[in-house]
Amino acid sequence: MTATKIAPSKVSASRSRAIREALLAYGLLSPALLLFLGFTVFPLIFGLVISLYNWRTGPTDFIGLANYARALQPDSEMWRALGATVAYSLLSVPIQLFIALVLAYLLFQKIRGKSFFRVALFLPYVTSTVASAAVWARLYSPDIGVINQVLHFFGIQPLQWLLEDKGIFTMIASGLGVTLPAGVTGPSLALVSIVIYTTWVFVGYDMTIFLAGLGNIPAELYEVAKIDGAGGWALFRHITLPLLSPTTFFLSLITIIGTFKAFNHIWVMTRGDNGTTTASILIYRQLYEFQRAGYAAALAFMLFTVILIVTILQNRVAGRQVNY
Amino acid sequence: MADTAISISEQAAAAHTRRFNTRWLLYTILILIAIIALIPFAWMLLTSINDLGDVISLKVWPWPPLGNAAPQWKNYPDAIALIGTDPDTGMPMFFRQLLNTAFVTACVIIGVTVTSVMAAYAFAQLNFPGKSALFILVLATLMIPDDLTLIPRTVMMYKNYLNWYNSFAALTVPFLASAFGIFLIRQFFLQIPRDLFDAARIDGAGHMRYLLKVMIPLTRPAILTVALFNFIWTWNEFKWAQLVTRDNNMRMISVSLQVFLQGEGGTSTHLAMAVATMVVAPILVVFFFTQKYFTEGITTTGIKG
Repeated sequence: MTATKIAPSKVSASRSRAIREALLAYGLLSPALLLFLGFTVFPLIFGLVISLYNWRTGPTDFIGLANYARALQPDSEMWRALGATVAYSLLSVPIQLFIALVLAYLLFQKIRGKSFFRVALFLPYVTSTVASAAVWARLYSPDIGVINQVLHFFGIQPLQWLLEDKGIFTMIASGLGVTLPAGVTGPSLALVSIVIYTTWVFVGYDMTIFLAGLGNIPAELYEVAKIDGAGGWALFRHITLPLLSPTTFFLSLITIIGTFKAFNHIWVMTRGDNGTTTASILIYRQLYEFQRAGYAAALAFMLFTVILIVTILQNRVAGRQVNY
Repeated sequence: MADTAISISEQAAAAHTRRFNTRWLLYTILILIAIIALIPFAWMLLTSINDLGDVISLKVWPWPPLGNAAPQWKNYPDAIALIGTDPDTGMPMFFRQLLNTAFVTACVIIGVTVTSVMAAYAFAQLNFPGKSALFILVLATLMIPDDLTLIPRTVMMYKNYLNWYNSFAALTVPFLASAFGIFLIRQFFLQIPRDLFDAARIDGAGHMRYLLKVMIPLTRPAILTVALFNFIWTWNEFKWAQLVTRDNNMRMISVSLQVFLQGEGGTSTHLAMAVATMVVAPILVVFFFTQKYFTEGITTTGIKG
């Protein structure tokens, strides 16, 4: 009897507490959510609208899909930008991850000055990319550059680096006296120079993640394998590499995303000249230099749809190789 | 007996030299790589106090004992003078731009930390309808590349819309919330046992007191990591700042550096490096004192700038 009497007030008390809790939650969430709605979700829709107009500083006239059609023309700048972006990714991922893995493996041994090496390698990552790219542009300079000076010391011919729009395959072939079929030029030396710079920036970051991954591999596995007579390379090949594959997969994914986002250093070093106009540079230039907001918005949608599809496909394929 | 003893000690000695050799090789590689990592910084510093003539004739170190030049410390005041004077305050424009950068960075750090802690608390500790849908929305904003929304965001800053072009609002407001911050702090909040909340409840503490007195002190390292990463990103901000500011006295220092590189600094390499050094120095100082938070932040979330 008493129980039935108490129950309704208990229910309403707990309900009002739940309502108060929900209100508190919405209150706490609202600043962040409003900002996301205003500056991420709304711009997605607004971008679609802009892309349908001839839009300079404001809309002039509705032109439907003409901006998209213009970008999709064969041999348009969009395809070239897509090619440069993909080349940038395909070069960056293996070079960056290979060097980072070797370094992480070396630093994982019992050595002195571990934290010095970690800090030294991480410094480029925290430095302003505008500043460090300005430094590298001068290191690459054919006139006052230290890099050509070092090459000269080893008896190698000076190179044009960031100013070179010839493809590296063409350059290597002409160095060997071979002629390549037309169209097989490879990424420009300027783009390769940017890849080298990017490696310098991110290798310490990648290494830090690899070190964490190495720390998660149980030491007993190595001991058991050693008792079975496995040598250094076998240990690396059959224990370290497979158990590190989730880390490697994760790093290759964020490296790819990083190359798609790459902007500041390319802008400072080449402004997109000599085959270095990646997706991000192309979009920015259309807006910043030519005030073509409509066309730039259309480009952004198409380039990032393609890039999203490529990334998903890459995930599907690479994801199968990962051992969890 | 004697033979085997000798061969064993010989083997040990051989193993020792082999180990010594690989150690030696290991240190050589590491030191070489560290030198490559640091050379651009060294070159920047040396060039910033060098004479332009010596830079052009490739003398990286024209000072004693290799040469007899004197360090050109005046490159720094020269470069600052070239950037000009702020007509409003009469102070050198570069200092005004440094103040702009510091102000924008402070706003973003405070904003991001506050909004992230609030949202993270709701996601970690409270129950409410639509929780998982909203959390997925937050995660989804992490997946949307900045370039996809760059054009409409810029247009939104123009006259007929928000009219924020060339203002501090444009430089700060869009960055006051961070999905990465919410996600990282939520992860740390979730690790705090719920019993602690029940205990606080019995002591009469409400949600706000529990958040301020228990949760935040316990997760200080995670919150500091979020603040530090936003410090680095905002201090180094270039792309957006160049797009939405026009006047010299609204510029952030990275934009100012790029403008200088395109003008006077294009030929005066020594002055360009003096400006670059001044842009980089504050970040390096902060990094040296806080580097363990960076390592921790990276390994728990895998953020990439």
